[in-house]
Amino acid sequence: MGFGAPIPGTPVFTGDAAARGYALNKMCFSFNSKENRDAFLADEDAYCAKYGLSAEHREAIKSRNVLQLIAAGGNVYYLAKFAGIFGLSVQDIGAQQTGMSLDAFKAHLAAQGA
Amino acid sequence: MARIIGGLTTSHVPSIGKAIALKQQQDPYWKPFFDAFHPVHDWLAREKPDVAVVIYNDHGLNNFLDKMPTFAVGAAHEYHNADEGWGIPVLKPFRGNTKLSWHIIEQLVENEFDITMCQEVAVDHAFTLPMALMYPGGIDWPVATVPVMINSVQHPLPTARRCYKLGQAIGKAIESFPEDLKVVLLGTGGLSHQLDGTRAGFINKPFDLWCMDKMLNDPEALARLTNHEIIEKAGSQGVELMTWIAMRGAMQGQVSQLSATYHVPISNTGGAVMLLENNSVPRAIAAE
Repeated sequence: MGFGAPIPGTPVFTGDAAARGYALNKMCFSFNSKENRDAFLADEDAYCAKYGLSAEHREAIKSRNVLQLIAAGGNVYYLAKFAGIFGLSVQDIGAQQTGMSLDAFKAHLAAQGA
Repeated sequence: MARIIGGLTTSHVPSIGKAIALKQQQDPYWKPFFDAFHPVHDWLAREKPDVAVVIYNDHGLNNFLDKMPTFAVGAAHEYHNADEGWGIPVLKPFRGNTKLSWHIIEQLVENEFDITMCQEVAVDHAFTLPMALMYPGGIDWPVATVPVMINSVQHPLPTARRCYKLGQAIGKAIESFPEDLKVVLLGTGGLSHQLDGTRAGFINKPFDLWCMDKMLNDPEALARLTNHEIIEKAGSQGVELMTWIAMRGAMQGQVSQLSATYHVPISNTGGAVMLLENNSVPRAIAAE
């Protein structure tokens, strides 16, 4: 199953990714609720176990690394709710994925409006 | 008969909600985007629509991967916003119009769009923030609403052509509704942006401006785009363009542009707002 020629630096959330990332995304979907966000923070291991995360999912969650989470089948819309637990915005996660400082990432965004 | 008086397309990034809560509308960063709504406010005050049909994409508030509808139409008495996990204020509930919703649903299915019908929809920022931009200041929403969701999360996504045709079918359905209602259409999302991968932060101003031109003059050109082309040119979340394409399909005939604004960046996104008025007046008679 595919999407056509890969676009550099651009994940596409196909059925294959969705199948690999289901438990991870389901946990992140649960973070719509404050009660669940608090439960994760109170006992991360227990919360991850409850959602049946694979070893790869669990490592990716531990790493707080967005590219690693995407490689494990995470979808950015659900991952954004995980990032929200730590007060991270889409600009913070953009900076992390591109290896830029937050200021450099913001400048990169603004430069594209010129 | 119901009449489509015009359509609004706008970006819907969650940080708009924060900017509203923090009253940053006049900050230099936000001012060009919020100012784009002044002509919209004037037009709404003059035209006083009764219903807003809001075509948008849910970002994992209402829909999850367990059951992902490609197209879904709300048919509830009321729609509630809810916590999305990143701290933007929850807005007041929105009134539905169940008779219009069920009429649209019936007409869509009759026209072979086998949509998902929903009597409960938690409406996310893509629905609520455009409404708050149209009707600022926390006033009671002066319009009833019909939410229409297009899947932008799980590939395969519907094609641009299919979204355009969905819009055309929605437009015909609204025009055949027997009550005398003024309807405004919304298409919310985009324009170019990418949140994920090492190309995160990608914005494509020339492509966005091309899309805005085609929205007005040549929507068929938008309908011919493949999703691969859209993602390559507008970024992985640039596929929200499909909500604009569906909205334009619902306008069908000739439209005139009352206002258009493009400003980079708002958050990670090419911020764009267009207000289109329907020229074929009165449309119910023109269709005879």
